[in-house]
Amino acid sequence: MKHSTKSSNRLVQWIDDRLPIFSYAEANVIAYPTPKNLNYWWNFGSIAGIILVIMLVTGIFLAMNYQPNADVAFASVERIVRDVNYGWLLRYLHMNGASMFFIIVYIHMFRGMYFGSYKAPREILWMVGVVIYLAMMATAFMGYVLPWGQMSFWGATVITNLFSAIPVIGDYIVVWIWGGFSVDMPTINRFFVWHYLLPMILVMLVVVHLWALHVHKSNNPLGIDIKTPQDLMPFHPFYTIKDLFGLGIFMIFFLFFVFFYPNFFGEPDNYIPANPMVTPPHILPEWYFLPFYAILRAVPDKLGGVIAMFAGVLILFVLPWLDTSKVRSAAFRPIFKQLFWIFVADCLFLGWLGARPAEGIYLVLSRLATGYYFFHFMVLLPLVGKLEKPKPLPSSIFEEVSKNCRTKED
Amino acid sequence: MTDNPTNTLKEVDGPRRDFLLISTTTLGVAGVAIAAWPFIHSINPAKDVLALASTEVDLSAVEVGQAITVMWRGKPVFIRHRTEEEIASAADVDMAELRDPQTDAERVQKPEWLIAVGVCTHLGCIPSGQNLGDKRGDWGGWFCPCHGSAYDTSGRIRKGPAPFNLPVPPYAFTDDTNIVIG
Repeated sequence: MKHSTKSSNRLVQWIDDRLPIFSYAEANVIAYPTPKNLNYWWNFGSIAGIILVIMLVTGIFLAMNYQPNADVAFASVERIVRDVNYGWLLRYLHMNGASMFFIIVYIHMFRGMYFGSYKAPREILWMVGVVIYLAMMATAFMGYVLPWGQMSFWGATVITNLFSAIPVIGDYIVVWIWGGFSVDMPTINRFFVWHYLLPMILVMLVVVHLWALHVHKSNNPLGIDIKTPQDLMPFHPFYTIKDLFGLGIFMIFFLFFVFFYPNFFGEPDNYIPANPMVTPPHILPEWYFLPFYAILRAVPDKLGGVIAMFAGVLILFVLPWLDTSKVRSAAFRPIFKQLFWIFVADCLFLGWLGARPAEGIYLVLSRLATGYYFFHFMVLLPLVGKLEKPKPLPSSIFEEVSKNCRTKED
Repeated sequence: MTDNPTNTLKEVDGPRRDFLLISTTTLGVAGVAIAAWPFIHSINPAKDVLALASTEVDLSAVEVGQAITVMWRGKPVFIRHRTEEEIASAADVDMAELRDPQTDAERVQKPEWLIAVGVCTHLGCIPSGQNLGDKRGDWGGWFCPCHGSAYDTSGRIRKGPAPFNLPVPPYAFTDDTNIVIG
C-alpha cells in the first residue's frame, strides 16, 4: 500500500517515505472519516483511553515509592500520602481513576448495547472490548490488594478462593496463585508484578480495539451503514474538539472526587492494616464488581455461584449472536428499547444488592435479579429480535442530519 | 448548510480560526506543563527523607590522630582529630598552589577537628586515608584509589582529576565533644 503525506516539508516527506507515521496520522486521526451524526455517547471511548493514560502515568510514579512487601506495603502507601511530594494527589488520582475508568467503560458498553454497536460487522471489535474489560477487572482487583489493608487482604482471600471451587485441582490452583498456604508475602509481590504488567497488555488490546474500529469505522446513533462520503466528515477538528469538550466535563467530575471526596469510592476498613487473624464483619468488593458479587451470592452452591458469576461476564462474548435483530439502533426498536432500560435497571439493582448482607429478602431479590439478567440475554434478546417489528430506517445518515438541521433553522 | 463541512470551514475567516487554534493549544500545553509538576516533584526527596537529614555524633572517644566515618544523608562524613603537625601543615600552604583556594581556617570550626564529606569530587568514590595504615597520598590527607586524586590534611584537592575540595557539611558543636551535622 502506497502512503503519501500531504505535507510539503522535505524532512516530513523523507521520514514518511521510510516510516509512514505522518500519512498514518493523517489517515487515522486528522482526515479519519467519521459519521456526521455521532452524539455525546460517542465521547466515552476517547475518555476511557485518556483515563488509561492517567492510570499508567500515576501508576508508574506511585510504583517509584510503593513497596510490594507484606511487612511494609501498608506503611509505604501511607508514606506516599503523607510524606512524598504530591503523593496524596498521585494516589487519589489513581484510586479514583480506577472508579472513573469503570464508570466510563460501563457507559461505553451500555452505549454499544443501546445502539447495537456489537452487531455485524463489528463483532470482533466488541469481543476485543470484552477482553479489555476482563483485563481491567483483573488489574483493578490486583491493584486493590496492593495497599494491604483489611479489605485488600480479605478481598484477595475471597476472590482467589473462587478458584478453589474448581473440582479436583481447585485447591492446588489456589495454592499456586498464592505461592503459599494463604495470601501472604509471595502473593503481594506477584500481584504487584501483574498489576504493572497487565496495563501494558491493556494498551496493546486497545490498539487492537482501535484497529478493528477503523476497519468499518464508528457505528452511529441511527445504526445504519455508511453509504456515501456525504455521510462522513473528518475527525479533526470536529470530533477532536467534541472529545476535548467532553473530556473537560469529565475531568471536572473526576477531580471533584479527587480533591473533595477522595475516599468516596473506598472502604474505611482498608485503612486498617491487613490482619490474617480477623475478617472484618462486613466485607464487600469495590463497587464496580458488586453486580457480579450479587450473582455469586445468589447461587446457593459454591461451584454454581462461581460459574454463574463468570458466565455473567463471559456471556457478553456471544451477545452479537444472541441478539437476532438486524436493526442496530434501539431508536428503531420499540420493544428492545424498553428492555434495554429494564436491563440497565437490573444491573444497577444487582449492584445495590451486592452491597447488602446476603440474607433474607436481599437474597430472594438477588436471585430474581440474577435470573432476569440471564433471561434478558438468553431468552429476551433472541426472541425480541424475531418478534419485534422495527420502525422504518432512514435512507442515509446524510439525509437525517440535513433534515434535523433544517428543523433547527426554522 | 451541511452538505460539505470542509467547504464551510474554508469560508470562515482565517485569523479567527487561527486565534482559536493557537489559544486552545497554548492553554492545553500550559495545562499539561502545570500538571506535570506534581509528577516531577514526587520523585524529589520526600518529607521523611528530609527529616532524617541530620546526624548527631559524640566525638569524646576519638583520640588525637584518629579518624571516624559517620553516615549523613547516605554518604560518609570524615571526622579527623588532627595532630599538631597536621594542623600546621594544613595552615602553612601558599594559596597560589591550590586548585580550589580555601584557607584551613575557613574549613574548620575548631582546628583539631576536620569534618568533610568523604566523597571524591571527581566521580564519587570514597577516598582512603581514614585508618592509620591507609594510603593518604603525598599531602597526608586522603587518596582516592579510583582515579588518583590526593587531598591534604584540610581535605583540599592537591593533585589528580578532582576539581574541588572535599565539601565541608553544615555542622554545629552542641557542646565541647558533640556535633550535629546537617
